[in-house]
Amino acid sequence: MRYLPLTNEDRDAMLTKIGVGNIDDLFSDVPTEVLNPSIDLPNHQSEMAVERHLSKMSAKNISAGSVPFFVGAGAYKHHVPATVDYIIQRGEFLTAYTPYQPEIAQGTLQYLFEFQTQVAELTGMDVANASMYDGSTGCGEAIMMARRVTRKKKAILAGSLHAHYRAVSETTTQFTDDVLELLAPNPTDPQAELDAVIEAIDDQTSCVIVQNPNVFGHVLDLRPVAEAAHAKKALLVVVVTEVVSLGAVMSPGEMGADIVVGEGQSIGNGLNFGGPYLGLFATNQKYVRQMPGRLCGETVDADGKRGFVLTLSTREQHIRREKATSNICTNSGLCSLAFTVHMSLLGEKGLKKLALVNHKTASDLKAALNGIQGVEVLNDSFFNEITVRLPKNANDVVEALAAKDILAGVPVSRLYPDAGFDDLLLLAATETVLPEDINTLKTALEEELS
Amino acid sequence: MSMNAAGRPTGVETIEANETSGFESFSGHKGLRLEEPLIFEIGNRDTTGVDIVDVDDFEMSLGGLERTSDIDCPGLSEPDAMRHFTRLSRKNYGIDMGVFPLGSCTMKHNPRLNEKMARLPGYGDVHPLQPTSTVQGALELMEELGHWLKTLTGLPAVALSPKAGAHGELCGVMAIRAALEARGDAREVVLCPESAHGTNPATAAFCGYKVKDIPAKENGRVDLDALKAALDDTVACVMLTNPNTCGLFESEIREIADAVHAAGAFFYCDGANFNAIMGKVRPGDLGVDAMHINLHKTFSTPHGGGGPGSGPVVFSDALKDFVPLPYVVADGDTLDIKEWGDDEGETSLGRLTGFHGQMGMYVRALSYMLSHGVDGIRQAAEDAVLNANYVLASLSDLMSASYEGPCKHEALFDDRFLKDTGVTTLDFAKAMIDEGYHPMTMYFPLVVHGAMLIEPTETESKYNMDQFIRSMRGLANAAKNQEVERFEGAPYYAPMKRLDETKAARSPILRYQTAAE
Repeated sequence: MRYLPLTNEDRDAMLTKIGVGNIDDLFSDVPTEVLNPSIDLPNHQSEMAVERHLSKMSAKNISAGSVPFFVGAGAYKHHVPATVDYIIQRGEFLTAYTPYQPEIAQGTLQYLFEFQTQVAELTGMDVANASMYDGSTGCGEAIMMARRVTRKKKAILAGSLHAHYRAVSETTTQFTDDVLELLAPNPTDPQAELDAVIEAIDDQTSCVIVQNPNVFGHVLDLRPVAEAAHAKKALLVVVVTEVVSLGAVMSPGEMGADIVVGEGQSIGNGLNFGGPYLGLFATNQKYVRQMPGRLCGETVDADGKRGFVLTLSTREQHIRREKATSNICTNSGLCSLAFTVHMSLLGEKGLKKLALVNHKTASDLKAALNGIQGVEVLNDSFFNEITVRLPKNANDVVEALAAKDILAGVPVSRLYPDAGFDDLLLLAATETVLPEDINTLKTALEEELS
Repeated sequence: MSMNAAGRPTGVETIEANETSGFESFSGHKGLRLEEPLIFEIGNRDTTGVDIVDVDDFEMSLGGLERTSDIDCPGLSEPDAMRHFTRLSRKNYGIDMGVFPLGSCTMKHNPRLNEKMARLPGYGDVHPLQPTSTVQGALELMEELGHWLKTLTGLPAVALSPKAGAHGELCGVMAIRAALEARGDAREVVLCPESAHGTNPATAAFCGYKVKDIPAKENGRVDLDALKAALDDTVACVMLTNPNTCGLFESEIREIADAVHAAGAFFYCDGANFNAIMGKVRPGDLGVDAMHINLHKTFSTPHGGGGPGSGPVVFSDALKDFVPLPYVVADGDTLDIKEWGDDEGETSLGRLTGFHGQMGMYVRALSYMLSHGVDGIRQAAEDAVLNANYVLASLSDLMSASYEGPCKHEALFDDRFLKDTGVTTLDFAKAMIDEGYHPMTMYFPLVVHGAMLIEPTETESKYNMDQFIRSMRGLANAAKNQEVERFEGAPYYAPMKRLDETKAARSPILRYQTAAE
């Protein structure tokens, strides 16, 4: 077995040193009736054989890069520079552990510090943590943090918060004191929805959670929501599932957010069929000690040289056990490195330009779809994603187009199965969508709807 | 100058001479030990290292909410980015660089085949919300991985989606609570042995339970009598790690399982140490109801500086109806994903993750499993245990082993051998850095004083182990000879001297700020 370096000679010598006769003497504390069961699985295979097996299964999937591709709804196909993947595969990054020994983990710690700074800048907040599992689990954590800060229990979740984020928040808080109020989604009238959010805020409210751009693609002005929330001493939690939008849209911090939860997959990270992804989590300085997750802080070493360490770990499970802020132990270290490398290549100028290209491409997509008879685009405002109403069942249309090797978006009913949105389709257009992709989609859609 | 076998100087005098006889370079670099500023100090706001097409003017539709504020993130050209991160990487220790004996973390070799496979476009470049007709291969892979996990553990159901070990614990305890509630049984206590990972009590509290500690016996195992005494109809579950965090197999585990079940409670097993018994013992045969498996430990997906992890959970029959959404279901010849709990009598505990979990980690883990096969997996567990016992046997005369062997895949020592030497466990660990090793796990488990938990894993050769043992013996002897200087200033040879963690916590600086700010 190529991954195991011991030879039989080594094993014998080691057993002798230990003073036992054979390997099962080292398992003498295991009840004999359960030791060495017969297990019906295949034996080891060569590198070539494994590669062939996994490649064969991979080839059964349609990959995003191989077809006109418009699928978004919380995960986005962006171009990732080759440098990013090269750097994250350097063994010193890839095969390192959580940086508990700062003297030999400055590589990880410094990029986490850089990552925290980038995320704070993007979101317009004071501080960010060193990443969460993904945006949806971060959303659940934000609810619990808001309870710790406000000592109130009721969280209001906007209808146009991504359905999966709503579901994960429900699951995560189901056995806590938090009470969730889930408002109805409104794909056609974003303003009415914000009004409903404001209406729902009362003295018991710990936080309101609103996504921007929302799950239907509408860009929202959250300043009135922030004002209403703060008037009742509640926190505004802003969820951003498309982090590239922060290059074009006013930041949540500027709109008055107290906590920002984001999905960072769009920068530096591939689609990966849903994971691993990168949860972003940022807040204001005064709430730092209530923030979940890992934090990296600046300090000095014995020579007075600047260095970095994990800090404020008194909130963490390994110190506080059942009183911990959360049970999280892992973050998305390597995904945050990918983010930081990509973000450092983009810089402010590149990110703003990238965001502009995304918005322009989506504008072109909107114009093309609006030109199809029977198709109605629901968005006045949007960043790189729009919702359209079709004269047919959106799921059927998506399946029909998939059969023609066009991945046309997400039927809204897949996210909200019982809300009567069967004719709605959500389409994303990033910089990876070319004019000919839009033409191909338009032609195929016209055929399908005629 | 005295040199050790690896060609490194060993005397304290030499170390100090080295450090003080040099001159300061004009750059601050020391040869290949390069100083590296932050991006924010080298970048430039007009630079971007990515080519992005220019767009013509067009009418924006951002609802009048254009960003006008700065994003104070400078850009780097591609060559500068490459250098920045390459230089940073050289200040890091990873398993590719040497022995990484971090107990309870299972830092083993990361086969690069796994990386290559995860980057195949059919896995790396597919969207979680594509029509399932276009991702049949990805779903097949999830099924195959699930089959391996169920077969290796002897349990009938699996939830792949938890994103990390602690997330898996949450999944398992939530399923237990859901099952108890389904039978109208409101229990309020979770029993955790003293040696439990901190995530266990935190998870139990997260699920609304009170945590009660169960003490350990002198032989490092759970005190069965104390456990039995604590078990009553208020107990929802027992969370046990097996092999436990002292590196020992809980030999009375079947009695424990029987007692737990007799009390109407569930048996949760923390699977963090499955590496020691995979292929040798099936947790299902031990009476386990739920157990998470850290794919990043046992099945070797890279730890990546703290994640991503992946923590699938296997379930017994009693819990299988409560698995979280989403999961793969067979629909005739095709596979589908059940994403919502809309059916009559639905008992799933709900959705735990945004999408389908850590697909990238599934590919890596399955690649590892297929490469090893069941024969290789069993051999890996045996070699991991052999290596740990070899360390235990080779150091026990000098260092104080906490328990008598055999141990499983990690060897636990404590600080009794450092008594009156002036050297602490922390000092000892930092001195290991000068020897070229990542320190072992310190001060955990909490049940012994000044714990040192060493886990070599199966991917260390005898040569590597012998070199490591030689360093450890050298340090133990130096401590006993009260060569305190070697320890209290350590590390001398790392990119940084000892860092001031207290200062970082007292006045936290958590982001870069320009002097003007």
